[in-house]
Amino acid sequence: MTDRRGVRIEVPVLARVEGEGALDLSVEDERITELRLRIFEPPRLFEKFLEGRLYEEVPDMVARICGICPVAYQMSAVQAFEGLFGCDPGPWVGAMRRVFYCGEWIQSHALHLHLLAAPDFFGCRTVVELARREADAVRRGFVLQRLGNDLIALFGGRSVHPVGARVGGFHRAPTAQRVAALRRRLEEGIGLAEELLAWTASWPFPEASQDFVSVALRHPEEYPMYSGRIASDRGLNISPGEFERRFSEHQVGHSTALHASLEGRPYLVGPLARLNLNRDRLPEPVEAALAATGVAFPSRNPFHSAVARAVEILLAVREAYRLLEGYTLPDRPAVAVSPRAGAGCGATEAPRGLLWHRYDTDAQGRVRQARIVPPTSQNQARIEEDLRWSLERFGLQAPEAALRAHAETVIRNYDPCISCATHFLRLRVHRG
Amino acid sequence: MQGRPTVAVHKFSSCDGCQLAFLGLGEDLLALWELVEVVHFAEAGVVAPEARADIAFVEGSISTAEDVERIRAVRLASRFLVAIGACATDGGLQALRNGAEGRAWIESLYPQPGPVENLDTATPISTHVRVDLELHGCPVDARQVLAAVAALRQGVGPVVEERKVCLECKRRGLACVLVTRDAPCMGPVTRAGCGALCPGLGRECYGCYGPAENADAHAHARVLRTLGLGDEAVRRRFRLIYSEAPAFRDAGDAAREGADR
Repeated sequence: MTDRRGVRIEVPVLARVEGEGALDLSVEDERITELRLRIFEPPRLFEKFLEGRLYEEVPDMVARICGICPVAYQMSAVQAFEGLFGCDPGPWVGAMRRVFYCGEWIQSHALHLHLLAAPDFFGCRTVVELARREADAVRRGFVLQRLGNDLIALFGGRSVHPVGARVGGFHRAPTAQRVAALRRRLEEGIGLAEELLAWTASWPFPEASQDFVSVALRHPEEYPMYSGRIASDRGLNISPGEFERRFSEHQVGHSTALHASLEGRPYLVGPLARLNLNRDRLPEPVEAALAATGVAFPSRNPFHSAVARAVEILLAVREAYRLLEGYTLPDRPAVAVSPRAGAGCGATEAPRGLLWHRYDTDAQGRVRQARIVPPTSQNQARIEEDLRWSLERFGLQAPEAALRAHAETVIRNYDPCISCATHFLRLRVHRG
Repeated sequence: MQGRPTVAVHKFSSCDGCQLAFLGLGEDLLALWELVEVVHFAEAGVVAPEARADIAFVEGSISTAEDVERIRAVRLASRFLVAIGACATDGGLQALRNGAEGRAWIESLYPQPGPVENLDTATPISTHVRVDLELHGCPVDARQVLAAVAALRQGVGPVVEERKVCLECKRRGLACVLVTRDAPCMGPVTRAGCGALCPGLGRECYGCYGPAENADAHAHARVLRTLGLGDEAVRRRFRLIYSEAPAFRDAGDAAREGADR
């Protein structure tokens, strides 16, 4: 007769994730009876205090939702307003926004891979410990992180809450001299990113094959960052304007936060979802580097999200390098904008996944209503689903310390940005 | 402080951007880790929220009853408490929800009655505990934070910038956007430290480092009116990142009432 075993694991503060998160797990008789990914961060009510603000102020304000991905918030916002105002900023702005976004992907993914994720796979607690074991890899990671930050600062002055983006384009175009200097560093970065991809693919990932729906943008020609239709690997193909009709949020039992769903199911956004849907959009050299790793994509293993991030760093370095070739100053860094009343949606791919905005404005371009759906909110249901799956496979009879460590690595695969997820209005946090 | 001080990094309600002053350091982060002993820094992988520390860096504003308890515990466990960034020093952008408007918003947002644990304000650290040093900015500048660590290791208080952004424009040789382009620039009343990033890109400063020392915000409001801004536009200029800093709050309130016209 087996012993009845009750296990209660509380991780009061998740380590190596962005923001304040916690996990509660109760196991009885080898069954999970309670699993809660708890978000501590109180909602900051962004969608409310955006009301009454002019569209020109919104990029500066929404950047403050997230310190790691401010560019993404700015990009989804300007896309929404430009669509709403019928404003086409033109090809130079389109190309430079992609470069701007490349900077953020590079910086955010490099930070996540080296500071947050890698330590787990080398028995280290921190990147500092990891640097003693894998000095070259960590140094390379820092070089790439800095490259990403400087690419953002090229257009935005600084990498956290950059000040260069506006509805209509940019406030100022960088000089050809500064672009050339950065382009030389991007060229060196290609080799570094290829090495990073090979290193990441060698990490000792557990086997996993889960059933989940991947959701990401899909674009006719390019690997999606700034534009595209919203697609899934189950046939979804909609415009950003249709997002609200097809995706829903609801409270789950006694859950403390809203869970997003597509057709009643959790879904995945982020680098793994993007690569699963868009492998055929990789430029040839990136595809070749991915093929050489031997890691199969599309993948059903959430641990392969690390490889997807490394692929995206390589992609972003190459794209920025390509797009900045032959750079010259444009006639103007932004087009004129004429506000009007209406509603507009923007959907872009933040480092962590699909980021959707909607703004309703009056005739002067003042926000009447705002709605923002960050990627980590959308992933929350999927994370909990994964935790159940993974911990049961891991073996619920394992010692608590091992269960806890495994749970944390599962969560880290999603690179959750808890500060973003909890800018939300309708969050209720129950202290049990 | 002699030898290797112990350092903790705590986060409250914020975007996480100020912690990136540490996490974005690259190789310097490794060097820093040799100079100090990091006893708590959850995002870096060191989790010991109750650890005693010589220097505690605190990011974020206080938004719940639990936050209040937690910051009090941090204060007791820390010899020297440094508030970093606009959220910690002045409530941050989310302090826009404070005041009558904020309370009405919360009431309209929660469809079901129940334990709404969120306080109806986002307040600075100093509202709840004694703060030994404030480093301003949204985000705080990494070099400022490092300079503070270096000074504290020597046992001296760091030099803190309180002068106006205009100083930085002059130093950079930038044409004044307010004078040459009638742009509603907040530089004359905003604390320097960013290097005049916005005027350097041809746009007006929007005040993300908060009020400078001796900021004559009421006089500046009158300047903004000469540029054609009405009551509401002047108010919005002061009510952004540092809406609850007294100089900006007073000017914002006066604009609403048309008192400075």
